[in-house]
Amino acid sequence: MTATATAPRHLLSGLVKVRELGIILALVLLVGYTAASNPRFLSGQSIRDILLNTAILAVMAAGQAVVVITRNIDLSVGSVLGLSAFTVATMMSDNPGLPMVVAILVGLAVGGAAGVLNGVLVRYGRVPALVVTLGTLYMFRGVTYSWAGGQQVNADELPRHFLTFANDAVLGIPWLVLIALVVVGGVALLMRNYRVGRELYAMGSSPQAAELAGIKVARNLLGAFILSGALAGLAGVLFAARFGTVDAAAGTGLELNVVAAVVVGGVAVFGGSGTVWGAGLGALLLTVIGSSLTVLDINQFWQQAIVGALIILAICADRLVAVRIARSLRKKDSHV
Amino acid sequence: MTATPGPSRPGPAKLEVRDVTKSFGAVAAVQGVSFPLYAGEAHALVGENGAGKSTIVKMLAGVHRPDTGTLAVDGAEVEFAGPADAKAAGIAVIYQEPTLFPDLSVAENIAMGNQPLTRLRQIDRKAMHANAARLFTRLGVHIDPDRPARGLSIADQQLVEIAKALSSEARVLIMDEPTAALSGVEVDRLFAVTRALRDEGAAIMFISHRFEEITALCQRVTIMRDGRHVCTEPVADLSVDDMIRRMVGRDLSALFPKQDTEIGETVLEVEGLGREGVFRDVSFTVRAGEIVALAGLVGAGRSEVMQAVFGVDRYDTGSVRFLGKPLKAGSPRAAMAAGMALVPEDRRQQGLVMDLSIERNVTLPRSRALARLGLLFGAAERREATSWTSQLQTKLGRLSDPVGTLSGGNQQKVVLAKWLATDPKLLIVDEPTRGIDVGTKAEVHRLMSSLAARGLAVVMVSSELPEVLGMADRIIVLREGHVAARLTRAEATEENVMYAAMGQQVTT
Repeated sequence: MTATATAPRHLLSGLVKVRELGIILALVLLVGYTAASNPRFLSGQSIRDILLNTAILAVMAAGQAVVVITRNIDLSVGSVLGLSAFTVATMMSDNPGLPMVVAILVGLAVGGAAGVLNGVLVRYGRVPALVVTLGTLYMFRGVTYSWAGGQQVNADELPRHFLTFANDAVLGIPWLVLIALVVVGGVALLMRNYRVGRELYAMGSSPQAAELAGIKVARNLLGAFILSGALAGLAGVLFAARFGTVDAAAGTGLELNVVAAVVVGGVAVFGGSGTVWGAGLGALLLTVIGSSLTVLDINQFWQQAIVGALIILAICADRLVAVRIARSLRKKDSHV
Repeated sequence: MTATPGPSRPGPAKLEVRDVTKSFGAVAAVQGVSFPLYAGEAHALVGENGAGKSTIVKMLAGVHRPDTGTLAVDGAEVEFAGPADAKAAGIAVIYQEPTLFPDLSVAENIAMGNQPLTRLRQIDRKAMHANAARLFTRLGVHIDPDRPARGLSIADQQLVEIAKALSSEARVLIMDEPTAALSGVEVDRLFAVTRALRDEGAAIMFISHRFEEITALCQRVTIMRDGRHVCTEPVADLSVDDMIRRMVGRDLSALFPKQDTEIGETVLEVEGLGREGVFRDVSFTVRAGEIVALAGLVGAGRSEVMQAVFGVDRYDTGSVRFLGKPLKAGSPRAAMAAGMALVPEDRRQQGLVMDLSIERNVTLPRSRALARLGLLFGAAERREATSWTSQLQTKLGRLSDPVGTLSGGNQQKVVLAKWLATDPKLLIVDEPTRGIDVGTKAEVHRLMSSLAARGLAVVMVSSELPEVLGMADRIIVLREGHVAARLTRAEATEENVMYAAMGQQVTT
C-alpha cells in the first residue's frame, strides 16, 4: 500500500478538483480580458457591485447545491425569495423599530416553512421534486401577488438601519458579502465534514443503497429542502435591504440563475457529487459574466446565450471527467 | 476444503425466525417459516429460484416486515421498522447485488453510518482511511480506500461489502449468494474470513446454489420450497442428493396438458453462439411442432441467449440460421420479418404498454399492416383484437380498457395474442407463467401446447421445473453460460435437471 496506492490518489484528487479549477481559470481569464480593455472594471466600486450582486445568488446556490446533490431540485426558490422579501419589507415598514436580526429570522422562517411544504410533498407525496417545486413556484408567487394586490413597498417606507445594512461594512467587507461567505462556508463544511452531509451525498449517489444502508432518508431530504427554502428566505431579506423597493414580482425567474450557478459550479445534475464551494464560484462566475458584458458593451442578450453554453459545457465536462476516472481506475486494476 | 463441524450449542439462538409469513398481493412468498441462527455457526439457506429465500433475507434486513410471525434476537422478540433497526441489532447483510455509493470513496462507503468522529463531531478522515486500510489488510486485498467505488469490479465491490459488514462489528452476517461473482481464489479468501468470523462467535446465514460451498462452510442447513419450510438439519446428516430431492420434491401434477405432435422441419439452428462473459458455445436446434425448454438457474444465461438469437442483444461468435437461411445478427426487425416472435420475461416493462387499451396492445406489432393509407382505423384494430382474444379465451371487460386492468394471466394472453397475430414460425417465451395463478397457468400451458400441435416451433425459457418437465419435448440445461445437459422428455427428471443446473454429475 505505498507507491501503487498514492500515485492514483494524486491523479484522482487532481481530476476531481478540475471542476473548481476550471471555474477559477474562467474567472481569471474573463476578469483579465475585461480589465485589459477597460481598467475601470477593477475599480473598488465595480468589484463591490459584483460581490454584492453575487452574494444573494451565492446564498441561494448553497441551498440549491444541497438539494441537487440529493438528486432533487428546488425550482421554488425565486418565489420563496419574493414571498420572504415582501413579508419582511411589509413588516419593517409597519414596525420600523424592529432590529435587523428579527428581519433575518423572519425571512429564514418564511423560507423554512416553504421548504417543509416542498420536502413533505416530495417525500411523502412521492411526487418528483421537479413537479412539486414547479407547482410551489407558482403557488408562492400567487400568494405574494394576491397579498400585495399591486402594492409595493418603497425605500422611503423602510427604516434607515434596514436599508444601510446592505452597504454597511465590517473591516471593509459589506455585510451582505460576509453573510454569503459564512453561508457558503458553513454549508460546505456541513456537507464535507459531517455525517449528515455525507449521507446527503450517499442518497444522491444511490437512492436504493441509501435506503438499504439504514440512512434516515426522509429526515435528511426534508432537511435539505428546509435548508434550501430557509436560505432563499434569507436571500429575500438581503434582496429587500439591498434594493429597498419590493413588489410581488421580486426574484421572478431567479430560480434558473440559481440552478445555472449550481450546475456551472460542477454539481452533478444527477446528484452524488460536486461541492458547495463550486456552487458559490458558479454564482460568482455568472455575475462576473453579466458585469463584464456590460463593461465590454456587448448586447445583454448574449449573456443568456453564454450562460446556456456554460451549462452545457459543465455537463459535458462532468461526463468527460467521470469517463476518464473510470478509465484510469480500470487501467490501475489491470496492473494489480 | 472439508467440513468443519461447529460446536453444537443448543442455547438461545442469536437470531430466530419464528413462523413468519409474507405475501405480496395475492402471492404468498413465505409461509410459516421458522429456523434459528446460532452464534458460532454458519447456516445455509437453500431452495429453488422463487422458493422465498430473498424474501427471508429482506425481512431479516428490515426491508420487509413479516405479515405474521416474529423475529427474535437473543431470545427477545424484535420489530424492525427499517434497515437502520436491523443494523442497530447487529445484523449485516451482503446482498446479491452490491449496494455501494458510486460517487463516494471506498473508505466512505465502508464507514457510512458509523464514521469515526473528531471532538467537534466532524468526520475523522484519517481514522476512516486507516480503518478501511486495516480491514483490507485483514481481508488480504489491495483496494485503494480513497478511490471512488465507481468502476470497481463486481468481485471488489463484494469485498467492499464484506469490509462494510466487518466494520460494523456485526454479530449476524447474512450473505445472499456472495460467491456468484467471485473467482476460486477470492472464494477461498472469503471463506477464510467467514470462518474466522464464525469462530469468533458471529452467526452466519449463507445462501448459495453451490453445494460444495455449503458443505465446506456450513454446519446447519434450512431447505425451503415454494415459500414453505421443508427442514432444518445438520449439514453432516444430509447428502447432496437429499438436499436436491427436498428442494424440488413435489408431485408433477396433471396440470400440463402436453399434446403429442408431429415434429416437422428444422426451424431454428443455433451454432456455437457466444458472448464474452455471458454465454459461450451454445448450440441447439428447434423443429416445427416442438417445444424446447431452456432450463437452469437464474443468471445461467438463458434469457440472454434467446435475446441474442432474436437480435435484441449482440453475440460475438457463432451463427443463427432460421428456416434454412442465415439470420442477420442484432436486428429484432429482421427476426420479426423472418417469422420469429419473442414474449419477454417482464410483461410490465417489455411486453405491454400498460396504459394503452387491450386492442391497441394486441395490434401494435401489426399496426402497419392494418393501416389503410397510413391511417389506423379503430374498426380494423377491433376486428383483429376480437378474433385473437376470443381464441385465447381472455377474460376482459371491454377491448378499450387499459391492459393494466387485467390479471397477470390475462395480460400474458394479450402478449401472446399480440405476437401470434404476426403469424410467427417460431415463438420464444421467457418465463411464460411467472406471477400467474395456477388456473390461468394451465390455460397458458394448454395454449402453448395447441400452438405446437399446429406446427409452431416453441422455445420456452423457464425456471419452474414442473413446467419444464411437463411441457418440453426436449430440455437444454444451461449453467454459467454453457450447455450443461441435453435431455429428452423421457430422460428428464426433476433431479437430473437440477443436478445439471447446479453442476453436479448427471446420473441417468
